[in-house]
Amino acid sequence: MLDYLLPRYKVLRDNDQCVQCGVCERSCANEVHRVDEELGRVTADHKKCVNCQRCVVMCPTQALAITRWPQVGNGSNNWTLQAMQDIAKQAQTGAVLLSSMGNPQHYPIYWDHLLLNASQVTNPSIDPLREPMETRVFLGSRPEALKVNEGARTAAAPLPPQIKLDVPIMFSAMSFGSVSLNAQKSLAMAAEELGTYFNTGEGGLHKDLERYGDHAVVQVASGRFGVDVRYLNAGAMIEIKIGQGAKPGIGGHLPGEKINEEVSQTRMIPQGTDAISPAPHHDIYSIEDLRQLIYSLKEATRYAKPVAVKIAAVHNAAAIASGMARAGADVIVVDGFRGGTGAAPARIRDNVGIPLELALAAVDQRLRDEGIRSRVSLVAAGSIRSSADVVRAVALGADAVYCASAALIALGCHQCQDCASGKCNWGIATQRPELTRRLNPEIGAERVVNLVRAWNHEIQEMMGGMGINAIDSLRGNRLMLRGVGLNEKELEILGVKHAGE
Amino acid sequence: MSPRERLREGATRIPSGCAIAGIMDRTGRRHDGDDILKSIALMHDRSNGLGGGFAAYGIYPEYAELYAFHIMYESKEARTETEAYLDAHFMCEKQERIPTENVRGIQDPPDIWRYFAAPHPVKLNMSGLDEAEYTMQHVFRINASIDGAFVASSGKNMGAFKGVGYPEDIGEFYRIRDYDAWLWTAHGRFPTNTPGWWGGAHPFTLLNWSIVHNGEISSYDANRRYVEQYGYDCALMTDTEVITYLFDLLVRRHGFSQEMAAHIMCAPAWDVIDKMEPERAAFETALRCVYSSALVNGPMSVILGSDEGMLALNDRLKLRALMAGEKGSMVYLASEQAAIEIVCPDVENVRSIDGGVPFVVQLDEVAARKARKADESPSDPVASCVPPARVTVACNEKREV
Amino acid sequence: MKRIYAIEQWCIDCKRCEVACKTFHSHSKDTVKAFTVEYPEPQNRVRVEGGLQLSVAVNCRHCADPKCVEGCISGAMTKNPVTGVVTSNPEKCVGCRTCVGMCPFGCVRIEDAVEKGVAYKCDLCGDGLGQPGEPSCVAACPNRALIYVESEGC
Repeated sequence: MLDYLLPRYKVLRDNDQCVQCGVCERSCANEVHRVDEELGRVTADHKKCVNCQRCVVMCPTQALAITRWPQVGNGSNNWTLQAMQDIAKQAQTGAVLLSSMGNPQHYPIYWDHLLLNASQVTNPSIDPLREPMETRVFLGSRPEALKVNEGARTAAAPLPPQIKLDVPIMFSAMSFGSVSLNAQKSLAMAAEELGTYFNTGEGGLHKDLERYGDHAVVQVASGRFGVDVRYLNAGAMIEIKIGQGAKPGIGGHLPGEKINEEVSQTRMIPQGTDAISPAPHHDIYSIEDLRQLIYSLKEATRYAKPVAVKIAAVHNAAAIASGMARAGADVIVVDGFRGGTGAAPARIRDNVGIPLELALAAVDQRLRDEGIRSRVSLVAAGSIRSSADVVRAVALGADAVYCASAALIALGCHQCQDCASGKCNWGIATQRPELTRRLNPEIGAERVVNLVRAWNHEIQEMMGGMGINAIDSLRGNRLMLRGVGLNEKELEILGVKHAGE
Repeated sequence: MSPRERLREGATRIPSGCAIAGIMDRTGRRHDGDDILKSIALMHDRSNGLGGGFAAYGIYPEYAELYAFHIMYESKEARTETEAYLDAHFMCEKQERIPTENVRGIQDPPDIWRYFAAPHPVKLNMSGLDEAEYTMQHVFRINASIDGAFVASSGKNMGAFKGVGYPEDIGEFYRIRDYDAWLWTAHGRFPTNTPGWWGGAHPFTLLNWSIVHNGEISSYDANRRYVEQYGYDCALMTDTEVITYLFDLLVRRHGFSQEMAAHIMCAPAWDVIDKMEPERAAFETALRCVYSSALVNGPMSVILGSDEGMLALNDRLKLRALMAGEKGSMVYLASEQAAIEIVCPDVENVRSIDGGVPFVVQLDEVAARKARKADESPSDPVASCVPPARVTVACNEKREV
Repeated sequence: MKRIYAIEQWCIDCKRCEVACKTFHSHSKDTVKAFTVEYPEPQNRVRVEGGLQLSVAVNCRHCADPKCVEGCISGAMTKNPVTGVVTSNPEKCVGCRTCVGMCPFGCVRIEDAVEKGVAYKCDLCGDGLGQPGEPSCVAACPNRALIYVESEGC
């Protein structure tokens, strides 16, 4: 059958610059480039290009650029070229459209409609170079009031378990299997260096990473891969994953070809079998079941570790989060629909869930309305792109944020959305040894540390500008935000005033 | 445009600069308002005529067991409605107009009354609340729902006298020289854009708390949204209001001492905590975790008045001036040293208050009571170290006189 | 003294080191010219051996006791007594190829030249040559498969 699908990208090669060194050819696992000795030039199979930009970055002479395939549509806003291409692909394959990374559609990005405040005259901005500027955050549940013995300066009862973050940024769940061990190791090393946490995802904790256990959040998801009592006790915090922002309501599927020996041992499943995480946890059909799982995990770890519960941002997130808090979750994680994934049905990714900003604002407000916000911690996840997004998330009410896409981009990811193919040229979303080798964790960790340190400096600068010297005073401080270009309802849900007000 | 049509405190957030002062006799001896008036008048330039006021403790000894409500009315209807409301929930022993003087510079004052009242015993009982909580909730309700009525103060044996004008004019207006108090605090306001509203002037009070504050806290909304979880309605949107509620939450509801409440609000920095002994560090960490949203950030100097005495607090970075001095049993606080020296030229031991360290002045009687209590429970080293009749600096290791 | 080490675990067979080496040893120091117009064509001294599955960049070790120097019949191949860097002087080289045969690592090669082919090899460019920075192959490696670190016994 003739494939009606058009190429998505076109490789532009500047033949004046190309020296036919072959770096591009050797860099591309998709076999796009070929040094053709007969023609005496390098050719490209455009259709195979996924726009990962590895060749562009590697080319020693900047001879390469990738562009959109120049084919135009018929001008219709309805039958766009993309819409027709999707149909062509499904007509060809009869399959669910798969894609990766977060929701790329044209939904409002509320971060870009929220502006930050700074001090002028009536109070001074604070210079982070001169004054302490605290970004340390603890996550865990707390009593509403602390009973203390003031004279002895001791707490009457110990605090429930907390984890300490020196920066308000953690790395969100990415399992070994969906990403390479080198990718996970890069994040683990960076987390240790930064005083924060990486998350094992639902992939178990590889034996090489056990030494980073104090900086690991160990995830328990519907497939329970890699979960045993040793695993639960190896991490600093346990996270129950109910849903993921990129694909709310569905489970996960790691194809058998990615289950090599290492992955199989870490996940505790046979080599070569598909790893299927069911859509729901089959022991959680309602909130009271969640409570049982939370307390089972607490029992298994002797109440020494906080238990987080992560949900995808869906329409009823506020009420669900409130129920989670009451079910005993110490940390609530809300994952917005722009959060990434290694593989998701494109229709789910593009159409299910709601923006993180609205969900976060609603959850924080609901917990406050019920007087329980101070009893739990709240973590925002799902496309935190910069330090300014971190500041906005905290001002909306988050204690900390999870970020994964940004960390992967620091490792080299170019968001080509082709993770599912397993041919990641950056050595991130692949298990092929010749590709995973491309990510030297020493370099990876350094780049991620650089990124987060830079963000933290920027957070400190922004906080200082607001006249705030501890992130505690930024949390939920929505007066530090103003909306631009938002309607009344959006402002109401976000709990912010419009700029100029 | 009449002032009522412009945005008031509560309709918008208004940053203000200010002057503050406090004078207290630790023995509990009462003095008239002359000194505090002089002290705050000296700092005239720190105000702009849009707000001034005083809080005085010990002024109603004959009604010491009753709540003294100072209420401002902008209309007759407001008074009728409020009095009906008070009648429904309280037993009023006495009500009268607060005597005032015509003063140039004080325009359109509201009708200002005071009531000495006790909670209605049956209603109190039915509410299931304690007396203080009952009273507080009714004060909130009057302020929120009766248009044109504002409760300026609601404590026992104390009162707030405040309004629109320079503080010295407000003092004359209320004839504060006619009152005798063991603790006076004063406030002169420099709001940036308020039309000036009598209810919005400071001190801000709640039950026996009164607060005067100079600065603009940048943690305002974090603090506001924290206390609002627990039923406090930050109707005025002012720093003073939210700081008062934080003190009320931490002291009255959570049982901390005032010093500890202040310590929570200006918690030690993490790098200081990191250097502490593990047990102490765990204690401070627990406080900062549980009360992270009670941390007050940004420039502030505060004088908290209560029936125990006064407590002065500067923000952690010491972004605002606040001086202290003493002479005999008298303790003076003011934004500027000159404002102390004008009333006590031979004042001793003048120094500035340290950033983030609560400066506590207790009535001798209160200090002695706490010392006795500490003697009974010797496991309380801090309290037992507090020498009676001394100005003590709590929550850091130095104990100055 | 700092030396270049190849870490095969991280070598990804991209051969950017070769390109950088060739460029460095060109007259123009320009990659495009080095590959297209310069004559004689500049030669890279580092070579990536192996393939995608397993590869390693092979480079002169600047041995403590270099066989190439031992075998040189013309005095062209010398080891700098201070830096320990082994270099060949093309003026003196007679192209006898003894050094090529004696090097245990295969790191000396002979240029294809019109008149006489002379030996060429890694000269440990960068600060080893008295120029700032790392050798060009190390700087070009995207994965730290080539590292430039202090070494004992050179």
